[in-house]
Amino acid sequence: MEICRRKGAIELSELDPFLAELLRQIPASADPKGTAAAEQRLFSPPAHETETDLCKEWKLYVEPELRRLFQTATETVAADLEQLNGSEKTLANRVLRIPWKHADAWLSSLNQARLVIAAKYNFSDAELGDHFRSPIGSRRDLSLFQVNFYGFLQECILREVDDWKPRRAD
Amino acid sequence: MSRMPRQGSRWVAQSEQFEVPTSPLSEKSGATTIEQPTIEKETRSEENLDLPWLVIVHNDPVNLMSYVTMVFQRVFGYPREKAERHMLEVHHKGRSVLWSGMRERGELYVQQLHGYLLLATLEKAG
Repeated sequence: MEICRRKGAIELSELDPFLAELLRQIPASADPKGTAAAEQRLFSPPAHETETDLCKEWKLYVEPELRRLFQTATETVAADLEQLNGSEKTLANRVLRIPWKHADAWLSSLNQARLVIAAKYNFSDAELGDHFRSPIGSRRDLSLFQVNFYGFLQECILREVDDWKPRRAD
Repeated sequence: MSRMPRQGSRWVAQSEQFEVPTSPLSEKSGATTIEQPTIEKETRSEENLDLPWLVIVHNDPVNLMSYVTMVFQRVFGYPREKAERHMLEVHHKGRSVLWSGMRERGELYVQQLHGYLLLATLEKAG
């Protein structure tokens, strides 16, 4: 996989079918439904439980806004990922262009997905730090690889965002 | 976020009465009376003698260090060095106080931090 900046977008090229499939799974992976631990992580309380009024108001007014925010980001990413659904040969390498203005949505969705997967599998700190574990083995191994791959992509996007700022200011 | 009245930030109106000298004229004629004015003065309730509120970010092994630094820069407008210092404090000590001040502003910061999926809470100092 290669990542470069081209014509107002971050371009991911030489995407093999396996990585393309992992990317396609971002929206589904970012959905915390059905996993209480993931729900709790994405919608954590804003204060200690003794601050009952604040926690109650938060649930009522802020949480729905956060849900909308996360959903909008995921929808943006899902729309970008449609580029991977071309009619070319199944095993051909693909190219994905992330428009500059979608970078924040990608950062958010990748983060959501990483948090949800990590909460689902209850990965330990040691496991999360193990970047060389093979994805081949169990569903758990594959999920850990997914967390690390999404983290790598997040890091790349962050770097591009960082580099871009001074140029945009010129 | 809609606001509901909170006990902690309520302003309590208290009345203070002052003696008003009676005019010698009205005393004599008995025709005019002057009511003693009630002056309302706003004072803060005792429980709100303001300890600041703290915005605290807690460690999370999943969030990337570079991402957390970027969020601190964006939300608080901190320069990179300061944002990194706080990020490292979160990483090594488990938490860092990012800001202190009035509750409403603190709530807004916590909301923004949650929007970036960071573990953040609002706590009263002290």
